[in-house]
Formats: sequence, structure tokens, C-alpha cells
Amino acid sequence: MEILSNLALGFSVALNPFTLFLAVVGCFLGTIIGALPGLGPSNGVAILIPLAFTMGLDATSALVLLTSVYYGAMYGGRISSILLNIPGDEPALMTTLDGYPMARQGRAGDALVISGVASFVGAMLATIGLVIFAPMLARIAYKFGPAEYFALYLLAFATLGGVGSKNQAKAVIATCIGLGIAMIGLDNSTGMPRFTYGNLHMMDGIDFLVAIVGLFAITEVFFFIETHGKGSAIGVKLEKVTIPIKDLIFTSGAMLRGSGIGFIAGILPGAGASLGSFLAYMAEKSVAGKSGRFGQGDPRGIAAPEAGNNAAAGGALIPMLTLGVPGSGTTAVLLALLMTLNITPGPTLFKDNPEVVWGLIASLLIANVVLLIMNIPMVKIFVKVLMVPAWVLLPGVTMISFVGIYSLTGSYFDLVLMVAFGVMGYFLRKLDIPTVPVILGILLGNKMEDNLRNAMVVSNGDWTYLFSSGIAIGLWTAAILGFVAPIFLRRFLKRPPQPLDAEAD
Amino acid sequence: MSSDRIFGLVVLGVALAYIASALQIQTSFLSDPVGPKVFPLMIGGVAVLAALVLLLTPDENPEWPKGATWLHLVIALVVLIAYAYSLRPMGFLVPTAIAAGVVSYQISPNLKTAALTGIGLSAGLFAIFKYALGLGLIALPRAMMG
Repeated sequence: MEILSNLALGFSVALNPFTLFLAVVGCFLGTIIGALPGLGPSNGVAILIPLAFTMGLDATSALVLLTSVYYGAMYGGRISSILLNIPGDEPALMTTLDGYPMARQGRAGDALVISGVASFVGAMLATIGLVIFAPMLARIAYKFGPAEYFALYLLAFATLGGVGSKNQAKAVIATCIGLGIAMIGLDNSTGMPRFTYGNLHMMDGIDFLVAIVGLFAITEVFFFIETHGKGSAIGVKLEKVTIPIKDLIFTSGAMLRGSGIGFIAGILPGAGASLGSFLAYMAEKSVAGKSGRFGQGDPRGIAAPEAGNNAAAGGALIPMLTLGVPGSGTTAVLLALLMTLNITPGPTLFKDNPEVVWGLIASLLIANVVLLIMNIPMVKIFVKVLMVPAWVLLPGVTMISFVGIYSLTGSYFDLVLMVAFGVMGYFLRKLDIPTVPVILGILLGNKMEDNLRNAMVVSNGDWTYLFSSGIAIGLWTAAILGFVAPIFLRRFLKRPPQPLDAEAD
Repeated sequence: MSSDRIFGLVVLGVALAYIASALQIQTSFLSDPVGPKVFPLMIGGVAVLAALVLLLTPDENPEWPKGATWLHLVIALVVLIAYAYSLRPMGFLVPTAIAAGVVSYQISPNLKTAALTGIGLSAGLFAIFKYALGLGLIALPRAMMG
């Protein structure tokens, strides 16, 4: 009953014409962003944050707009996977495996409809899961003190490094870069300057939005210059789109299983949508056994990963909202948005700002329905968008990033810093060093330190306090396991196979 | 030497400098038991360890761009930095057109499309930002606006 009254509150916030308008705009932009190779959910949301902020949107409106973009991008990624064999974003990689073969057999329309419905099922179930599990987790999170929070942040970094990257040392370095950058500026508790070297611009610290836009958007520009925009789409054809009811019934099991797997992968810190879609695909392949024609255009091979990645997108919101710990790159970007809006995610969010949380959840439900409508009858419009050549798209992205950051901070120093982050991101990605831990480090560094120091204040400098509660010990154990276990599991869990002629996301 | 080893050395150097710099942080007499130094020192220490591991177990080299591509990348970089410095004194329209045009040319070397992209993006984005989103952009250099 409590859930229903909360949802009623949410819909009362979300169902006003302006918020609905923002949800529709967000869905539309998001699908385009997801569909365009080179723009994914994380950099798409990142370049829109400064703009949403300078437009003076209030917290709920900004959240509705950007989470609609987030959900939309998850839908949109499949379009270029299926039509071009180029994943529009990273989680859509698995969809290329069976989506593109189906398109080549002249069933592109069917593949798009199946994946659209699968996306809807995954996202819808995950949003319902969010409604049920988020308040439960929030209640547990009330028991968390500074020692538990410190261990929790450690867990997020450990699993992100363990599961998300191939080389543990590289993930640790990435985390240290992020944490190290977060230390720049005035120390929170003593007010002493740290690593500012007398530079006034550095006193406030480094704005995480500058880092995010630099690492995600500007880096992408350098990559496109290197590849000379290969992989942009010219001459995509899509014949009449009909609804393949038979296939939808046939794949319904795959969608449900994919949603479940994706949802769990999404909740785990560090795993995120890419792992969700990968596991969903692999599970479906083994469920089907010999009857499957996976890799040659089996509709289940589209339904499972698409349901998986959209369910993971919803699941990833749970730790972000209840604990303030994001599970993926894009939720890290959404966390940055919340922090910019002065909303502190965590258990208190559900009590202090119920209209924000439930308004967000209600608008996710609305966005999902809007996206289903947009992505099935209107899919042809988005196919047209795929024709935008890289030499227009990427300069556009650059200019939007510059204007966004400039109107947010008004300082040329931050623009130069953004370019510097872009250069850093280029080298990091070249060396296969994940950039998400860098972002997460910048976002969480100060909180992690504050919690450590508060824990020491509480315990009067006794370091064993960090391991003094059952929850804390559990989190430490999970952190160590999450970091070490993938070294051994990696032998069994091979990386997802790359599609033949696809360029990296 | 492999790219990972070079990177490991760079990280090692930066981490040591970071530690040295962290040791210089002044502590206030009102400090908590941990103080402002310890956490940065921990970060630096972990980074040193990770850098040593990377030095010992490097991955295969990535495929680095070749000569001409480096040139394209550096040109784009220089233009973006110049753009950052010119946005305030020169107004929005002219620097944006030039920067967008040059970036476009670096992706696909075609003068005509690059020029059109630059001019189109500059004018189009200005219209969107200024009139649809209401951002306070200045079109032309202040001197010319009077």
C-alpha cells in the first residue's frame, strides 16, 4: 500500500504537461544519442548536464529530462547494432551478434521490433524492481555509519576494477587518478589548501562535470579523428516494419530471463549494462542448447541481451539512489547531476525528497511507454538520423561541450582543463585503462575521505573501528572477493566476442 | 619499451611527486585524528604499488596512430585550446566556425564540407543556444559590438 501511495505522489509530480514534455524530448534525444555510433548514454548525458543546468530547470525536471535520455539511449543503441553491425553504445555490442545477421536476411524490421519490445520488457520489469527494492535497500542503508560507507566505496571501486577491466593494476591506477584529482582544492574539514600550487583556479577543486565531459565527449572526438570517422552510416535501407507476433511469443521467455539477469547485474556495483547484456546472451545460448542458431540471426539472441541491458540500466539506479554509489559509467554521470543539483543521494533522499525519487520513478514508467511508441512505429525517423556523417556530428558534439561548460563555469581555464581531460582520456583508452573509475574517483573521493576521517573521529583514531560491524566486514569481504575473484574467473568467462568488422564502440 | 611500461614509469613518477606534495600539506591545529595528509598519502602509496605491478606485467602494445594521424590529432588539440582562449574575447560566431570547421576537416579532409560544417554549426548552435535555450552568448567581439 505504501508503494501505491508513493507512486501516486510520483505521478502527481510527473503528470504535468511540462514534465511530460521533458520526458518526450528526453526520450527522443536519448534514442538519437544511443543510435549514433560514437555517442552513448554516458557521454550523451554528460554533455547535456551543463545545458540542463544553465537552462535553470529545477531538480525534478532536470532529473526527468536526463533519465529519459538515459533510458532512451539504452533503446537507441540497438538500432545501429542491427542495421550497421556497429554498436551504437557499448551495451548494445551483444545485439550485433544476431541483429545484423537478421538484417542481412532482410528481417531488419522484425529485429528492430523484437529488440524494441525486449527493451520495453527489460526496462519495465527493472523499474518495477526499482520500486520494490529501492525502499528496502534504503531501510538497510540507514544502518550504515562512516565505517560502512568507507567500505562500501571501496567495494564499488574494487568490483568496478575487478569485473569491469582486464588488468587489475590498470583499474587501480585509474581509481587513484580519480581519487587523486578529487583531493585538489581546500580540505573539507581543516580548510587547508591541497595540491593547489598557489593557483586560484585550483582552490575550488576540479569540477567533476569538466572532467566528465572531457573524458567522455572530447576523447571521442580524438578517436574519430584517428579513425577518420569510419563506420558512419551511408545507405541504410529499411523496408516496411510489421509486428512479428510469432517471434514475440517465441522470444518471450528469453526476454523474461534476460530481464532478471540484467537487473541483478545492474544492481551489482561496477557490473552495469554491458555485463548484463553479455550474461543474458550467454545464458540464453545455453538454455537454447542445440536448438539455437545463435550468431546466425536467432531472434532470441536479440531479445535476451536487449532485455538484459535495459533491465541493468534500471537496476543500476538502485545503488545510485539509495547509497550514492553508482554501478556504471552512466549512473556515475547521473550522480554528478544530482550532486550539481545539491541533492545528496542516499537513504535520506527517500525521506527528505520523496517527490524527487518518486517523481523520477513515475517518469521512468512514462518514459518507457513513450519509448515503446517511439521505437516501433517511428523507428524509421531514427534510421534517418543514422545518416548524419561523423564530420558534422563530432564537431557538433565538441561545440556543445564547450558551450555547456563555458555557460556553467564561465571560465576559459575550465575549457582548457576539459581539453586536457580529453587528451588524458585518449591515452587512457588507448592503453586500455578504464575511464569510469577515474570519474567515480573524482565523484566519490571527498566523501570517501570524509567517511574515513569521521570514522576515526568516532573511534578516536582506532583503525580497527573500520572492521567493527558485521555489515562493514561483509562489505570488506565482498570488496576483496570482487577484486580478486575475476582474476581466476577470467579463464572461464571469456570477453564477449567482437563482431567481425565493428570498430570499437 | 612497451607502452604499458612507459605509462607505469609515468604513473610512478607522478605518484612519488604526489606523495612529496602531500607531505607538504599544512595541518591545522584544529585537525581531526587523521588530518588532511593521510588519505592523499594512501592514494599515492596505492598508485605506486599499482605502477610497479604494471611495470612487471605489461599488456601487449596498443596500435598507435602513424605519422600523419598524429599531425591531425595535434592540430585538433591546438585548435581546441585556442578556441578555449578565444571564446570570451572574440565572441561566439567566428571562433566556433573556425574550430568546428578545422575539427571537421581533421575527421574528413574535404575543404568544402568542412567549411559548410563550420559555418552551419556556428550559426545553428548560436540560434539554438541563444534563442531556444536562452543562454547569454555574445555573438561578435566586444569591440565590434560597441
